[in-house]
Amino acid sequence: MAWLRRNGIRIYGALAIAYMLIPIVVIAVFSFNDPTGKFNFTWNGFTLEHWENAFSLPALNEAFVTSLVLAALATVVATIFGTLIALALVRYEFRGRGPANILIVLPLATPEVVVGAALLSMFVYFEVARGFSTLLLAHIMFSISFVVIVVRSRLIGFDRSIEEAARDLGAGSFETFRLVTLPLIMPGVLGGALLAFALSLDDFVISNFNSGREETFPLFIFGASQRGIPVEVNVIATMLFVVTVIAMIFVVRQQRRAEALASASVPAGESAPGPGPGALSAGSA
Amino acid sequence: MTRSRRTPYFLLGPGLLWLLVFFAIPMAFMAYISLNSGSLSEGFEFNWEWQNFSDALTDYGTQFGRTFIYAGVATVLALLIAYPLAYAIAFKGGRWKTALLFVVVAPFFTTYLIRTLAWQTILADEGPFVAFLQGVGLVGQDSEVLDTPGSVILGLTYNFLPFMILPIYASLEAIDGRLVEAAKDLYASSKTAFLRVTLPLSMPGVIAGTLLTFIPAAGDYINADFLGGAGQQMIGNVIQNLYIEQRLYPAAAALSFVLMAVVLVFVLAYIRFAGSEALMGEEEERA
Repeated sequence: MAWLRRNGIRIYGALAIAYMLIPIVVIAVFSFNDPTGKFNFTWNGFTLEHWENAFSLPALNEAFVTSLVLAALATVVATIFGTLIALALVRYEFRGRGPANILIVLPLATPEVVVGAALLSMFVYFEVARGFSTLLLAHIMFSISFVVIVVRSRLIGFDRSIEEAARDLGAGSFETFRLVTLPLIMPGVLGGALLAFALSLDDFVISNFNSGREETFPLFIFGASQRGIPVEVNVIATMLFVVTVIAMIFVVRQQRRAEALASASVPAGESAPGPGPGALSAGSA
Repeated sequence: MTRSRRTPYFLLGPGLLWLLVFFAIPMAFMAYISLNSGSLSEGFEFNWEWQNFSDALTDYGTQFGRTFIYAGVATVLALLIAYPLAYAIAFKGGRWKTALLFVVVAPFFTTYLIRTLAWQTILADEGPFVAFLQGVGLVGQDSEVLDTPGSVILGLTYNFLPFMILPIYASLEAIDGRLVEAAKDLYASSKTAFLRVTLPLSMPGVIAGTLLTFIPAAGDYINADFLGGAGQQMIGNVIQNLYIEQRLYPAAAALSFVLMAVVLVFVLAYIRFAGSEALMGEEEERA
C-alpha cells in the first residue's frame, strides 16, 4: 500500500503515456497490413508491399509534394517575419506595443474554423480564385505568431554583454548581428521554423476553406476517408513520424550546444560548464 | 547605442502587415458578410441583417450547446490526465525528463487526421477495444463505442492533450524546490505543501493549458466527423457545411462570429487574470 502511494504517480504517468502512444503504434502497425477490402480497419495479414510501393499512387504523391513545397515556402517567410517581430518586441521600446501584441496573440486565440472562414469571406468578396497561392498566404499568416513566441522566449534569455564585447572588438552593427546574435538565437529560430513547418504540413481546417481544387496531404486524407484510406497513407505517415523524431533530436542537440556556448559568458568566479572564453572567438573576426 | 527610433517599426512592419491583411481585415469582411441578406444565386446585399445572428442561435442552438459541453468535458479530462503526468515528468523524471517530454509531444509528429483515423480503427465495432469492453461486460453485446458522444470526447481529449501538458510542465518545472522544502520544514504535510505551494504556483500553466485545449476543441469538426455520427455534430461541422458545401455565407459568418465571441470571453477573462503577454510565455515573470 505504501509502495502504491509512493509510485502511484509513476504508474498514472505510464498509463497516460501509453494512451498517447497507442494511436501511433496502430498507425505504424497498420502500414504493414494487407487489407481485404478498401478499408484498412481490421488486421488481415503482414505484408511489406505497401512499404515497397509507398509512392505508387500519383494523387497521393502529388498531394504530398504540394504539402512539402507549401510548408517549405510558408516556413521561410513566416520564420523571417516572426524573427523580426520577436527582435522588435524584446529589444526595443516603442509606441503601439499593446496593439502589436494583440495582433500577434489573436490568431492563436481564434478557433481555426473561424480563421479559415474569415479568410474565405475576404477571398469570396474580392473574387480571388482559391488555389496554391491562397493556401500559401494563409499558411504564412497562421505560422507567424508561433515563430514569434518561440524566438521571443529564446531572446529573453539572451546575454547582451556578448554583443557589447563584439562591438568593443570592432565589429559593426550588422557584423555583430550576423556573427554573434544570429548564431546564438539560431536554435530558437530553428525551433520556430520547425514548428512552422510542422503546423503547415499538418494543417487541415484553414486549408479546407481556402484550397480551391488544390490538394494537400491532409486534404487528400480527408477526401480518401470517405472511400477508404490507402495503406500507403499509413506508410508515409510512419515515415514522417520517424523523420520528425530525428529532426527534433537534432534541434534539441543544437539547443544544448548553444546553451553551453551562452553559459561560457557568465562572469568570472562562477564556474560554467562547456567551452571556455574561446567560444567567443567566432565573434571577433 | 545609436539606433534609429524607426528600427522597431521596420522590424515589425512586414509580419504585422501580413497579419493585418490576412487576419484582421478578413475578420472585418466576415463581420460585413454576416450582416448581408440573400443567397449565392440571388446575390448578397448588405442591409444590417441582424436576423442572421438570431437565426444562427435558434437554428443551431443544439450544436452550440453540444460543442461547449464536448469541448468543456474534453478540457477537464485533458487536465486530469495532464497534471499528474506533467508532475511525474517534472519531479520524478530524473534523467529521463527530456525523453519523456519527447514522448508527450509525439502525437504531434503524426498527421492530425491520421491519428484521429487511428482512433476510428481502435474503436471500430469489430476492433479489439469494443471486444474487450464486451468481454468484461462494460457494454452490451451489440452496443457500439464509435458514433457516440464518448468517442468524440475521447478524440478531442487525445488530440489536444499536448497543449495541456506542455504549459503545465513548464510552470511546474520553474518552481523553486526550496519553497516546497520550506513548507515541509514548517510542518506542512506533503498534501498541504502541494495544495498551498505547488498547485498555486502552477496555476498559470493550468490556465494557459486550459485555454490552449479549449479553443481548438471548441472549433474542431474532424473528431465529430470521423468519430461521431449524425447526432454528434458540433458547431464546426455546421460552419464547414454552410460555408463549403451549401455556400450560405451570411449564416455561416454569423455562426463563426458567435463562436468567436464565446471563445473570446474565455480569453479575455484569462488575460485579466494573467496579463496580456501571458499567452506568449512566462519568461518575463520568471526573470
